[in-house]
Amino acid sequence: MQKKLTKVLVLGSGALKIGQAGEFDYSGSQALKALREEGISSVLVNPNIATIQTSEGIADKVYFQPITPHFITEIIKKERPDGIMLAWGGQTGLNVGTALYQNGVLAEYGVQVLGTSVEAIMNTEDRDLFVKELNKADLKTPVSEACETMEAAVAAARRIGYPIMIRSAYALGGLGSGVCPTEEKFKEIAESAFTFAPQVLVEESLKGWKEIEFEVIRDANDHCFTVASMENFDPLGIHTGESIVVAPTCSLTKEQVTMLQEIGVKCVRHLNIVGECNIQFAFNAQTNDYRIIEINARLSRSSALASKATGYPLAFVAAKIALGYTLDQIGEMGTPNSAYVAPSIDYMICKIPRWDLTKFAGVSRLIGSSMKSVGEIMSIGRSFEEMIQKGLRMIGQGMHGFVGNDHTKFDNLEEELQNPTDLRIFAIAQALEEGYTPERIEELTKIDVWFLNRMKHIVDLKHELQAFNSLDEISDEKMREVKAAGFSDFQIARFVLKPEGSMEKANLEVRKNRKTRGILPTVRRIETVGGEHPELTNYLYFTYLGQVEPTNADTLTTEEWKKTCLNPQDHSIEWYHNEKSVIVLGSGAYRIGSSVEFDWCSVNAINTARKLGYKSIMINYDPETVSTDYDMCDRLYFDELSLERVLDVIDLEQPKGVIVSVGGQIPNNLAMKLHRQGVPVLGTSPINIDRAENRDKFSAMLDKLGIDQPAWRALTSMDDIKEFIDQVGYPVLVRPSYVLSGAAMNVCYDDEQLERFLNMATEVSKDFPVVVSQFMQDTKEIEFDAVADKGEVVEYAISEHVEYAGVHSGDATMVFPAQNIYFSTVRQIKKIARRIAAELNISGPFNIQFLAKNREVKVIECNLRASRSFPFVSKILKRNFIETATKIMLDAPYARPEKRGFDIDRIGVKASQFSFNRLNNADPVLGVDMSSTGEVGCLGDDMNEAMLNALIATGYRLPTKKNILLSSGGAKAKVQLLEPAQQLVKKGFNIYATGGTAAFLKENGVDCTKVCWPDEEGENNVVDMIAAHTFDLIINIPKNQTKRELTNGYRIRRDAIDHNTPLMTNARLAKAFIEAVCAMDLEDIKIKSWQEYNN
Amino acid sequence: MRKVTLILDDGTQFHGESFGYDKPVAGEVVFNTAMMGYPESLTDPSYAGQLMALTYPLVGNYGVPAFSLEENGIPTFMESSRIWAEAIIVSDYSTEFSHWNAKESLADWLKREQVPGITGIDTRELTKVLREHGVMMGKIVFDDEPENIPYANYSGVNFVDKVSCKEIIRYNEGAEKKVVLVDCGVKANILRCLLKRGVEVIRVPWNYDFNELEFDGLFLANGPGDPDTCEDAVVNIRKFLANPVVRPCMGICMGNQLLSKAAGATIYKLKYGHRSHNQPVRMIGTNKCFITSQNHGYAVDDETLSADWEPLFVNMNDNSNEGIRHKVNPWFSAQFHPEAASGPVDTEFLFDDFVKLL
Repeated sequence: MQKKLTKVLVLGSGALKIGQAGEFDYSGSQALKALREEGISSVLVNPNIATIQTSEGIADKVYFQPITPHFITEIIKKERPDGIMLAWGGQTGLNVGTALYQNGVLAEYGVQVLGTSVEAIMNTEDRDLFVKELNKADLKTPVSEACETMEAAVAAARRIGYPIMIRSAYALGGLGSGVCPTEEKFKEIAESAFTFAPQVLVEESLKGWKEIEFEVIRDANDHCFTVASMENFDPLGIHTGESIVVAPTCSLTKEQVTMLQEIGVKCVRHLNIVGECNIQFAFNAQTNDYRIIEINARLSRSSALASKATGYPLAFVAAKIALGYTLDQIGEMGTPNSAYVAPSIDYMICKIPRWDLTKFAGVSRLIGSSMKSVGEIMSIGRSFEEMIQKGLRMIGQGMHGFVGNDHTKFDNLEEELQNPTDLRIFAIAQALEEGYTPERIEELTKIDVWFLNRMKHIVDLKHELQAFNSLDEISDEKMREVKAAGFSDFQIARFVLKPEGSMEKANLEVRKNRKTRGILPTVRRIETVGGEHPELTNYLYFTYLGQVEPTNADTLTTEEWKKTCLNPQDHSIEWYHNEKSVIVLGSGAYRIGSSVEFDWCSVNAINTARKLGYKSIMINYDPETVSTDYDMCDRLYFDELSLERVLDVIDLEQPKGVIVSVGGQIPNNLAMKLHRQGVPVLGTSPINIDRAENRDKFSAMLDKLGIDQPAWRALTSMDDIKEFIDQVGYPVLVRPSYVLSGAAMNVCYDDEQLERFLNMATEVSKDFPVVVSQFMQDTKEIEFDAVADKGEVVEYAISEHVEYAGVHSGDATMVFPAQNIYFSTVRQIKKIARRIAAELNISGPFNIQFLAKNREVKVIECNLRASRSFPFVSKILKRNFIETATKIMLDAPYARPEKRGFDIDRIGVKASQFSFNRLNNADPVLGVDMSSTGEVGCLGDDMNEAMLNALIATGYRLPTKKNILLSSGGAKAKVQLLEPAQQLVKKGFNIYATGGTAAFLKENGVDCTKVCWPDEEGENNVVDMIAAHTFDLIINIPKNQTKRELTNGYRIRRDAIDHNTPLMTNARLAKAFIEAVCAMDLEDIKIKSWQEYNN
Repeated sequence: MRKVTLILDDGTQFHGESFGYDKPVAGEVVFNTAMMGYPESLTDPSYAGQLMALTYPLVGNYGVPAFSLEENGIPTFMESSRIWAEAIIVSDYSTEFSHWNAKESLADWLKREQVPGITGIDTRELTKVLREHGVMMGKIVFDDEPENIPYANYSGVNFVDKVSCKEIIRYNEGAEKKVVLVDCGVKANILRCLLKRGVEVIRVPWNYDFNELEFDGLFLANGPGDPDTCEDAVVNIRKFLANPVVRPCMGICMGNQLLSKAAGATIYKLKYGHRSHNQPVRMIGTNKCFITSQNHGYAVDDETLSADWEPLFVNMNDNSNEGIRHKVNPWFSAQFHPEAASGPVDTEFLFDDFVKLL
């Protein structure tokens, strides 16, 4: 150990956004565990309130405050830590840490950077320094030259050699970029590139090269080795976050891997990295030529994946190294092995990204060099076929595997193959079905033919299955073969039984047939060294490539043989088979609408179960999560959350029951199916879950209880819809039956919009009627999060949205405790909730959403599961709702809160994080469909303080230039913003406004400068002003009316995002922000830890 | 593909299919946890007499490179001129392969060299059985020829004699420094590592009395099987150590065991050997650790070394001996493979140390 450390500051990564998601909750938690083990006091800064790392008992002090140089400096001044850990909080943590190193704050307060030095970090982050450093060590980086004239560009291209990649510097959306095979083509593209920008980048083309990634670890004593080697399925050019990734590498020889490993180690040593890093290579397997594309001297998404893939706890070991240990001194977690062992695995994994591109208006589905995916999965198998099929089911986009996805069909196949989109893998499936050879597909996609051959095998098996007409025609051998190739019972049912109606029935028929024949999966453990040191880890997965036949097979009767096979034994696993074990279903791939908050709920359910003496069993497959970490539960099945797989686990473990209410919608949707198979579902009965989920049943129930709800009707014809709208009037909300986070929901204001949308919506769900409901404007939305015991409400939290109804609850800014609702409204809400809880006999977590206008209260929906806001209200209230809920579900005693427990002085604000800057062309406007990728939750002694903490934490900056643009849409919004505008002027802000707004403000005596709309001629064109960074806040409220205003508004909003200017599109939120800005300065925001808010 | 059964000595059976040469075969069943490098492992003479099971499930992905010889007579890609393992046992043989340098599939190569290969075996389970019982003899029987039972012995068989060269071979003749290499089953990469450093290598058969030759240093190579069957070599090494003219000596793997025997130590059989690319070792008395490639079933009992000798490396997993050195003279050896091929190359510096001493 180096100098004795007593207190260490750890930087988190803030809200989840595209490119920086849950993996940093995992890595930060590991770092904090390492500190705790050493007896070092830890201070964590992370405004992401839904994370595990910010929960009780992990860090000694937690600040739910923004990770910006200002706040971190103030926290350093207050806490005086002697060390800081930068590499566990993603790019956010690293950037702020580097800034504080450069401005001297770290030196001034004697804070030592633990792990890789800041100099070394800068050498990897700054492109020029990076290239220079690696050149010194004779390591190759991609050749690139910046040119400002045509002559210089042509000369550079000749030097580098064709083909050439040309890129226009600063161009958005890849304008003026392309690969040029010849000088003629080059000149053509270069000419157009120069019209966009004064500078072009002339680079060698690495098109079609493989992308290989290593995770390398090194200690201060220069011990250094590669923990994992990963190969991108997609060739270079597709961001590694957008690519399917397999580990270990599949198409390289040992010499090639060794060669790259040597280069990697050389590079890491040269850069003097101490800890963990990720290194990305471009590799040409024909010539063995390579380029080092990038090095991340910090924990990353890939390191989280590598860690989960190999069972090697990279983040923990890196933390120990940062504290001065060398690799040989660190024990591999949970095992007596040394950490100085490169994992050698006997299975393969693949990672598949999860996209939600349909949620963003205007976004192209093409994938490429920038990241758009919002989550990922990891699947494990013993063959490529097995893991890719499993994985494609896990991403949860309605796919059943590589084949059997009837609804996906491409018209222009070659184009789909050549220009990758989020669905390209299914285009490959279609191409193989249509008889394309793997070689032809390789030509079009540059994907290694090895993978394509394996996929062809899946398609061949599908065709074999289709030739059968009953399950009995399939030999045992063939059945085993298709299961080993990853076919689910569902796929087999679809291909063989070809059912018309319920898939569930056919699916279960396959299962039954299979089980009678003794065709069952085997459970395997993930061990870092292929079976050499068993019984040391708790990671498990299922495979059909590992059937163990009993050794004395010859002497067994058929009956005995089947019995043995029905309990596939991995020597090392003893199934629990008892009343003291419980299964918790996790949340699956992070996606818009379901991410870290459900992981928090899952982990807390597991922790509670363990504390109560239960053996906890988790099923989940997202490598970013804490719930899939090595020491969270007694047993982790890193496998599918499908009916088939969950039943497999239940057959083996025979637990007391299954908890389906903490992992969000995926487990919730399984509740009824599990119930029908006689599985004990803990907590609220699935029959009642269905009564809340099913719109008709729920509505009938509300009517029976005399509870008001917005008028709605499920309708199948246009005439019926028109008739209904004649009664309730526009606007109306239109949606299909079962929904997750508002998918395919829309508000329609007139006939034209309704007709346009219905054409889309009916496509989405032709089997279900369209639900049309009255849409209430200028109405408050209120959330009721609670826990009940046998129908009696035990814990509850009432929070309100800042925005009026119409903004999805996942995007809305939430205040808890609610500040601006009538006392009588609160009483009505509590009364209604009690009645619903009693009627549905709720035992466990639930959430009800209310609308409140004047003194009327209506119910919109009710979910009998934990909601997105559970971690937020639990942490603000300092009462763990999930702990109480889990105790109730397990019939354990729990403490009821005292009445005054709900009376707190602090205020929490939950604000949403958007990733529009990652999504070219997306319209950054909020609606009934959710589009935020993450959130923060911050505290304050009053509303303004909490609001500023939260908004700064999601990327807003306080307007210091004092120039604010207002473009305030409709009349109501104009009125709403009048008072805030007056306040601003009083505070000395300069207000700029577009035509109508300027006129309105002037009429009402507010001084402002008029600016021209994007399509208007004249001085002060708003587009130029945004580009010149004139404004430090843009408020643009969409009007939703004429085409011209929509286009103009879109341009302003999009330009604001592209020029990194804070943007607000909701009048209510803008008002709240302006009030706070006028009330306090940055310096007035108190530096106050969670622990210090204690009444 | 024909159905086969792998039968271990304790009666455990595994069912699979033949993808290599169709021939029943017997041998010592060992497992290797390396994830890649099957062409190198198969041609490593140390696997003579063994049925090699690979724990990594996908094998054959990148095919097999063409067999060619360099000018100096050393194979370009392989570790010797032929496959030495008796058979290869895999979980999931990849019939389709993809690599520019591949000339043929693993299956075709095995057939050409008349070596059986079987697939569909749960190698994880096999590894577990071997771990619990220790290494065992096993046989591969074709289900449609149940009468055709192969038989073999491993312990006590002198495999070194089978794999060693029969005559002296000289490489890089005329170089300033001459190294005698005792060929117990040398891997080509050891030769490459020495030649790369500019010395002349005089490769002699394992039982040849090299003491009569003129040379500057002695190199004891790796080899298969039980070191106790190589008494002749030990006698020659003792003669070398007793020579008043002290010259450097380095040994690898079997070389470590033979040098230890010459230094008075005894050898014992490990329960289930070390065969992988990720064995951590520590240089004794330092905090220098290395990840090494290993392939051995026997180990030196370093408690039994005579007083002039001391252990040099130790295995960080099971504390078994990983190398020895003389307290005064420039004689040392490593149980692991500093030449790698395949595996990590952390310890190649040992060759530098040796050549500097010449």
